[in-house]
Amino acid sequence: MIKTTHISKCYGDVKALDEVTFDVVKGEIFGLIGPDGAGKTSLFRILTTLMLPDEGQAEVGGYDVVRDYRKIRRSIGYMPGHFSLYQDLTVEENLNFFASLFHTTVAENYALVKDIYVQLEPFKKRKAGKLSGGMKQKLALCCALIHKPDVLFLDEPTTGVDPVSRKEFWQMLRNLSDGGLTILVSTPYMDEAAQCDRIAMMKEGHLMPAGTVEEQRHAYTNQLWSVKGIKMSAILKIFKTFEGALSCYAFGNELHLATQGVEKSELETFARSMHLGEVKISAIKPSIEDCFIALT
Amino acid sequence: MEEKVIQVEHLTKMFGHFKAVSDISFEVGKGEIFGFLGANGAGKTTAMRMLSGLSHPTSGKAKVVGYDVYTETEKIKQNIGYMSQKFSLYDDLTVSENIKVFGTIYGLSKKEIKVKGAELSHVLHMESSMHKRVQSLPLGWKQKLAFSVAMLHNPKLVFLDEPTGGVDPITRRQFWEMIYEASDKGISIFVTTHYMDEAEYCSRVSIMVDGEIKALDSPVALKKKYKVETMDDVFHALARGAKRGEV
Repeated sequence: MIKTTHISKCYGDVKALDEVTFDVVKGEIFGLIGPDGAGKTSLFRILTTLMLPDEGQAEVGGYDVVRDYRKIRRSIGYMPGHFSLYQDLTVEENLNFFASLFHTTVAENYALVKDIYVQLEPFKKRKAGKLSGGMKQKLALCCALIHKPDVLFLDEPTTGVDPVSRKEFWQMLRNLSDGGLTILVSTPYMDEAAQCDRIAMMKEGHLMPAGTVEEQRHAYTNQLWSVKGIKMSAILKIFKTFEGALSCYAFGNELHLATQGVEKSELETFARSMHLGEVKISAIKPSIEDCFIALT
Repeated sequence: MEEKVIQVEHLTKMFGHFKAVSDISFEVGKGEIFGFLGANGAGKTTAMRMLSGLSHPTSGKAKVVGYDVYTETEKIKQNIGYMSQKFSLYDDLTVSENIKVFGTIYGLSKKEIKVKGAELSHVLHMESSMHKRVQSLPLGWKQKLAFSVAMLHNPKLVFLDEPTGGVDPITRRQFWEMIYEASDKGISIFVTTHYMDEAEYCSRVSIMVDGEIKALDSPVALKKKYKVETMDDVFHALARGAKRGEV
């Protein structure tokens, strides 16, 4: 449903996208994982025909983003990173407005948004600007779906949304994808990557090879250790100075240390020599977050 | 007795008939990293606004850095730091202009601002960027600068409102290393976050549900109490019971 070949885009000297090639098949949830400024939004803007690429080709639903932009606009839904509904229209007015833009009615496609809209219904007379973060996201999703698009583009839909609402939001996406909708979603939350069928990491305009979460974890080439102890802030500080440390960061109540060709006994000796008290070191498998850190 | 920078007893805030914050009590000690968690709409922002002197409580008592939240709100504002992901620096001013603006707001003298500015540029390795606009800086630098600016006036307590929202994993962790450093120096940190791995980095956390504090303890003790492995599980166990819609 989405296919790009060597898409590039520059802003002055800054290369926002550097030969990005990937594809997304029908009914798939494809995640773009990367920090602010990685180029995710530029890619979204090109695929939603809001910006022209400098080089390369892209198709959405079989249509070319340059030549067939009108057809694409009719068949996609786009939820930009910033809240972009009309703040001074009510929940109901926003939804009706977006439906009428696409020459349809809320009644006609109600089945598609029903699960989400029932949660908003008690507040349908409320102005969109007065909704909380989680509710705004749900309304924006409804508005992006009301014309029954084939492909849905979601640019950081859950930034600033609490963990419970984020989980609900992803359950909605899964239901939509089960119904055949193709979804391209970007997120800075690594735990959300696990909810995608395939992901690709993005950094400074480059898109890394796509794969399932398992494939991504399998491609990790460093050794990874978990280090746990009593005074974690001290342990973190000391282990950062370990000579073979490729990276060393806090992960919840432990720290993850990446190395190459280091024995566990060397780490234990190091911990003892630094008088860190009782420290538990074990070899672990990487999470997506570790894979991301290894890239940067 | 150990010094307390926040003391809250039965604090409540009503908006009409709606109890936004309901009878919360807790203390934050010197140098403590206190995680203030809760779903959207649980009442966190309302509670933070009361503690930072921006909103009058309906009932209850609270002292922040020794000052009363009813009668000494100006004193509170002068003696705390505040930073959020949404707003903390002026994007179209340069680094040194931002330091001047905030230094002046915090009541520093011209000389103090000059000294602090030089010190910051050195500590943050930003000597060559002092005359660049903040908007042109990488996000990680912006955050470090914003945190440092929030501490220009040597506050005993800094409020951080979702300081790491939408930030990449490395920048997020570097930011937490700065929080640790501040805490080591005896500055207390009051922080909200939606990242549950960050809850693990706090000395103690409270979890708000429907305006009330439903749990308050160290991450280790909370996980033990709810017999789960992660703070994410603790949060879900508590927040799923929320009755109040997030509106």
